[in-house]
Amino acid sequence: MTAVIGQSPGTTRETHDAAIRTEDLRKTYKSSRGDVEAVRGIDLNVPHGEFFGLLGPNGAGKSTTIGMLTTLVRPTGGRAWVAGHDVTKDTVAVKRKIGVVTQNNTLDMQLTVAENLEFRSRFFGLSARAASKRAAQLIDAFGLGDRRNAMADALSGGQARRLLIARALVHRPEVLFLDEPTAGLDPQTRVNLWDILHVLHDLGQTILLTTHYMEEAEALCDRVAVVDHGKVLACGTVDELKEGAGADTVITVRYEDPVPPGFADHAGLADRLGVSKVEADGDQLRVFTRDPEGLLGELVTAGAAAGLHVRDAAQLKPSLETVFLTLTGREYRE
Amino acid sequence: MTASTIRPADIGAGADPAAAGSIATLITDAPEPAPTLAKTFAAMMAREFRVLRRSAVATFTRAVIQPLLFVFVFAYVFPKIGGGFMLGGGGASASSSVTGAGASSGVNFATILLPGLMASMLLMQGITAVTFPLVMEFSWQRTIEDRALAPVPIRVLAGQKILAGAVQSFIGAAIVFPIVLLVHAAGQGPHVHVTNWFLFTLIMVAASTLTASLGLLIGTVMDPRKMQMLFVVILLPATMLGCVYYPWAALHSIRWLQILVLINPMVYMSEGLRAVLTPSLPHMPLWAVLLVLVGGTVVFGYLGTRTFRNRVIN
Repeated sequence: MTAVIGQSPGTTRETHDAAIRTEDLRKTYKSSRGDVEAVRGIDLNVPHGEFFGLLGPNGAGKSTTIGMLTTLVRPTGGRAWVAGHDVTKDTVAVKRKIGVVTQNNTLDMQLTVAENLEFRSRFFGLSARAASKRAAQLIDAFGLGDRRNAMADALSGGQARRLLIARALVHRPEVLFLDEPTAGLDPQTRVNLWDILHVLHDLGQTILLTTHYMEEAEALCDRVAVVDHGKVLACGTVDELKEGAGADTVITVRYEDPVPPGFADHAGLADRLGVSKVEADGDQLRVFTRDPEGLLGELVTAGAAAGLHVRDAAQLKPSLETVFLTLTGREYRE
Repeated sequence: MTASTIRPADIGAGADPAAAGSIATLITDAPEPAPTLAKTFAAMMAREFRVLRRSAVATFTRAVIQPLLFVFVFAYVFPKIGGGFMLGGGGASASSSVTGAGASSGVNFATILLPGLMASMLLMQGITAVTFPLVMEFSWQRTIEDRALAPVPIRVLAGQKILAGAVQSFIGAAIVFPIVLLVHAAGQGPHVHVTNWFLFTLIMVAASTLTASLGLLIGTVMDPRKMQMLFVVILLPATMLGCVYYPWAALHSIRWLQILVLINPMVYMSEGLRAVLTPSLPHMPLWAVLLVLVGGTVVFGYLGTRTFRNRVIN
């Protein structure tokens, strides 16, 4: 996979087929209260032009991973390359090739909307005149014309997000990193941003997005890596993931009393067609099945026969959420 | 290229070909970036000046108030009300107890005060110009990442912050100069004579760079929640014991204090400026002053850059 092209002695320049590639990438934070392993050996391979998602709950290690890929977090193990450059040895070359939309609002609050774009353009070598022109183009394209001279701290959440994306694009980045770009935004603004990202993707822009929104990953990404506790649990297209780990419909029933041992066998669930797994945990019973038709009613009836009354029930159709549930045994919490 | 206005609502996955086309043009026709270290550094400095220009009135008004009040009280009010007793002699000639051994008689307090107030301003402006923005940039939003992602090594960003702070410090000190020259009672004006412009400039530059380097170090190690301690623990003691209001030689009668204050970088700024602005007053040898100012810049600059890098990159 790794192709080293024209490498001369003393250089660290390596060229890879992938826009992003990691090998056993790790990050451990040292603290007086003990070490925290935020990322525990992640292997990724994102080809050029792909829209790749890192999906996981808060604290899964997504932002740390994106931090290492964008040179702002120092890995403690493994290696990573972005646009062919080693993220630890060739940080300046990496920064030239990437655009980053950070999770926090890292706009320069002491500058206006236009100035944020102008100075970012100038950081990347544009003359003052070219930077001004570039800023005007981006402001128009991202619908910020009426906020051109507003200070960055006066923008709404959606406007700030649009400006962050515009700012990340001033220098034609080879790879665009988006760290929870729609976190905290209202649904309408989120969908508007999705539209922008769709257009960018259609243009062949390589994008790595982290999100804890299942529907965002499903709506945007070509491939998704499900991450939890600093590890990739599964990686593939959404359909592949659903077919593999999360093909089942998951029916969860909570009874008013604890589920007694042997209840699943007594109810005949193990022999029921399509049922792949049954989990009992306290007052909760979870059944994974490819044939959910009528199963909920059967669980209610079987519970009643065993003296269990249903408190509530839920049915999840195959989705990234069922993928997560299958892989981790835990319900997905945003 | 001609950019048409697109509202985000118009930007859809193929919903509006014109909108998508315009975004496409925006990407494909983008100017080829050609960043160099010099260009990026210059752009960062330009950004600092834009911010400084926007807040110049507030920044320098704050900076001017303290020295203005000092010279007003000590060089105008006291001489007018006959407060010379407080200075140990005639108000118009406060030299004997203040200037110490070997001081020439007839030196007024404004002459003693001018280099000291300039040094005070260098310290105050140099530290606050770097430390305060850093505290904001390292806060939970971490806006520092805006510039940390610029295509230069992090140490260059640290150096740029030192240079920007040094410029602000230099300007602040320069503003003090006319204030002390102009605000005084009749006959109480300072006797200033720049003996060597090169040395004067060198000391100003070295002192402002030292204070900005110190500001970088403080801004990266100090807990933002305890920032008010900056004034109590650092700026106030440094100013009061920084030979602002008396030459270092005048402390000869309190020998332990004269030795103790040598750890205060501000002493060397005051004494250096005294050496080149009011050479008739006793002052430290210039080689000692320059050694500490340049050496201090190197040490604080190195430490500040290290801690800055560690704060920026987790």
